[in-house]
Amino acid sequence: MGYKLLRRERLKRPGHKTLYTESEQETERLGERLARGLKKGSVVALSGELGAGKTTLVRGMARGLAIEGYVKSPSFTIVHIYSGGRLPLYHIDLYRIAPEELNTFELEEYVWSEGVCVIEWAEKIRHILPEDTIYINITHEGENRRKIEMEGFER
Amino acid sequence: MVLLGIETSCDDTSAALVRNGKEVLSCVIASQDTLHAEYGGVVPELASRRHTESIVPVVEKALKGASVELEDIDGVGVTMGPGLPGSLLVGIAFAKAVAYATGKPLVAANHLKAHVHAVFLDGDDKETPAFPFVALVVSGGHTSLFLVRDHIEFQPLGHTRDDAAGEAFDKVAKLLGLGYPGGVLIDRLARRGNPGAVEFKRPYIAKDNLEFSFSGLKTAVLNHLKRHGTPNTEDELMDICASFQEAVVDVLTQKILWATEKTDVRGVVVCGGVACNLRLRERLKEVERERDIKTYIPEPRYCSDNGAMVAAYAYHLLRENMLANMDVTAISTIE
Repeated sequence: MGYKLLRRERLKRPGHKTLYTESEQETERLGERLARGLKKGSVVALSGELGAGKTTLVRGMARGLAIEGYVKSPSFTIVHIYSGGRLPLYHIDLYRIAPEELNTFELEEYVWSEGVCVIEWAEKIRHILPEDTIYINITHEGENRRKIEMEGFER
Repeated sequence: MVLLGIETSCDDTSAALVRNGKEVLSCVIASQDTLHAEYGGVVPELASRRHTESIVPVVEKALKGASVELEDIDGVGVTMGPGLPGSLLVGIAFAKAVAYATGKPLVAANHLKAHVHAVFLDGDDKETPAFPFVALVVSGGHTSLFLVRDHIEFQPLGHTRDDAAGEAFDKVAKLLGLGYPGGVLIDRLARRGNPGAVEFKRPYIAKDNLEFSFSGLKTAVLNHLKRHGTPNTEDELMDICASFQEAVVDVLTQKILWATEKTDVRGVVVCGGVACNLRLRERLKEVERERDIKTYIPEPRYCSDNGAMVAAYAYHLLRENMLANMDVTAISTIE
């Protein structure tokens, strides 16, 4: 695993850290590593612009949860459910959803589930997320370089 | 045999009455397109509540349009997936209720196989493909290649590993600050652009590989925009649209050709929303001329999600007595 490639800087806020990845593969590996800290009921809120690598990170998490097969973008279908791994994974993407009229009823079913719920464009529903939600923001820093800021990981 | 087909897998609520899997008696689609335009391509809420509101009037309108009473249908077909579970369940619950109340058979249809059956629906071009053929289902939510042996037996050849082609169109349109619907706008702008202006790397994965990957292409457009800034002129914008579109069309066309070579099949069906793309249609015509291949594309109105394609596929399932039980439920991914 390429940890040594990751430059780590700890910020003052507890549970907050910033990492950098230098390739898509590295972003995926980071996701895989983060999956180890996920447990029943974990909620991960992802944000970052189009093409930043949110789905790539989720792909790594799925791998880390021992889920086989491809993790596709759920932008159109909104929810993809993966079972067969260490925990069920609910991969949700709110890209196409307008926040102001969002009916969160169906989403809460996943957020309060027995599995791991990973939500892309989660800033749209921050108000329904549990207190112990893990927040991850990805920023495009260059062709392949991404800044990954995390908050709420128990480590 | 007249079947009622119900489709609620994504945003649109649709019901249709189709005779013998080909003659469309009526097809009603409650589209969220006007809402989409208003919201710049987004769904104002999870679609299931809207499906719940629309399903009864949509079915009523379809029955009326076909001058058919519910008691007179020979069965009801419904999309069981893949799609958004909450949305699918609205159609499934409704179809079950119709089947239970009328005592007619219930048929559960795979959404992708239903898309392919749109090619058998009546249109101006009555010619339909002979089995076996290669089918590409290409839309906002899906990009999948199949070897279609008969109406029911589909052998998967490859799917997208990440983003669907239609999704790539939509997201690139968003990156370029275009409105909705993204695919149509790119198609239109690309017509006056130079497809060779920007050399976007074609995501072929590997030679003869029949899977797709469009996520990297979206990131390539993002990188181009970060490097060169957002296009200042209309010409520049049209060039980027044309270059991006050409990359997608190149990959789709190449994979279709590889699929026909691999399976030694001459007929090709291209269906789903992206099948409306003009450049793709143009290229398919070129391929037909250059190679000994015949391509078939459903009528544009049956390319996007609709109940008629569901009824068409359900007809064949019903003929094979492949019925669904009352405990059938939504499947979010089927592969």
